Amino acid sequence: MNAAAETELVEELLAGKHRALARVISKVENRQPGYRDIVSRLHEHTGHADVIGVTGSPGAGKSTLVDKLAAQYRERGETVGVIAVDPSSPYTGGAVLGDRIRMASNVGDMDVFFRSMSARGTLGGLSTATSDAIKALDAFGKDRIIVETVGAGQNEVDIVRTADTVVVLVQPGSGDDVQMLKAGILEIGDLFVVNKADMDGASRTVADLEEMLHMERDPTAKLDTGGFEKPDHPDQDGIDADGADAEEDEAEHWEPMVLETVAKSGEGVEELLDTLDAHSAWLDETGRRETKAKQRYAAEIRQLLRADAADLIDDELDRRGGVEAMAERVLDRETDPYTVADEVLGPIEDCVREQRE
Amino acid sequence: MSADQEQRTIRCLVAKVGLDGHDRGAHVIARAFRDAGFEVIYSGLHRAPEEIVQAAVQEDVDVLGISILSGAHNTLVPKVIEGLKEYDAFDDTLVLVGGIIPDEDKEELLELGVAEVFGPGTPMEETVEFVEANAPER
Repeated sequence: MNAAAETELVEELLAGKHRALARVISKVENRQPGYRDIVSRLHEHTGHADVIGVTGSPGAGKSTLVDKLAAQYRERGETVGVIAVDPSSPYTGGAVLGDRIRMASNVGDMDVFFRSMSARGTLGGLSTATSDAIKALDAFGKDRIIVETVGAGQNEVDIVRTADTVVVLVQPGSGDDVQMLKAGILEIGDLFVVNKADMDGASRTVADLEEMLHMERDPTAKLDTGGFEKPDHPDQDGIDADGADAEEDEAEHWEPMVLETVAKSGEGVEELLDTLDAHSAWLDETGRRETKAKQRYAAEIRQLLRADAADLIDDELDRRGGVEAMAERVLDRETDPYTVADEVLGPIEDCVREQRE
Repeated sequence: MSADQEQRTIRCLVAKVGLDGHDRGAHVIARAFRDAGFEVIYSGLHRAPEEIVQAAVQEDVDVLGISILSGAHNTLVPKVIEGLKEYDAFDDTLVLVGGIIPDEDKEELLELGVAEVFGPGTPMEETVEFVEANAPER
């Protein structure tokens, strides 16, 4: 793709052409030549959308809830972008992306831009592709962007962390309270939604969640722990550590909430929307939105650099006859992995050092 | 480059249009496409032509496979194609029709811009190979 075509595509996207937006997302997904330039050009037009991440186990009702949320936003006159990530086969790379079936409330409404994406298996690649796709939707002018993923594994958590507000969906009867102790579930949520709240055991799940959240917030309440201190939350770096006084601390902290919904009938969706708005307002008031964005960009830069550096090293490896040949030499005890790594990286390090001087 | 390696995957929309509740064929095809390494988006049953157009445009699919067994293809397929043209999406989307299509209608559909019509008994490999050979270059 040449530069002129890229410019045209970017201009069409900014002018609001759906086809151009769809094509840009494809390019980002395919890692097609020129996609980097496109995303760089879009960046200055981003930063206006509110990004909501929705995660939860398969069958919890994410797609149905997202559909209802999108419909409510549309009723308020806001435009919505949805990115639904589904797993792909580790063997063939193929995938059936079925989230679209649930998008029944927004049929024929082009102002809800729904895009299915598959987890194409490359490590870290998915979160980069997703955050680039979010940028495309943002630049296109969507007010709300909802990212929906199956919540299992680092990849998904990474994606969800790119959102301003994270909603974790839990279905009733999904295990006892120990399940909720599992790392990564309680920590990532700003809001917890027990969906299918008309099912048996829903109130029990709500109670379990609330108890666990309470423990998460203050695990040592009323206990003599003999000096044990809760580790700082990675996303709240520097807030608690500054030794802010209690009052300030209270304002800075968002207390995760547990809500109940029945996505199918739309019950509880309005309350969810209100809470989402409250969280959004809180983000703005406390300046957390900006802090989060800064953390996000830092992570993005790191990720890009890591990937690019890995590519540079891959090229160097190929030039030196490939990693296989080196492995063979290691196997024959001619050399060892550390020496090989030093050999490969040495010239690169020298180069960087020279440049610095 | 690891993050920048081009990862082109053929994207397909398998669509059921109109009042036709027979989706076994669509499911079988969706599965065959998945196993061939394609990304398949299934529309679900009873979709209106506008919905199919919306999905095809937003998902930026390479291939749109419309399954019709109700006999309404002469009404529904032109509507879908019109819609695709409206969004500038017709030229680089491979449109296929599967189902029960009489021979005389087949000619008409092909003239409209449908790339191929697959009737009952078409071997799965044939369809997959056709898609692989004819998926539009972008």
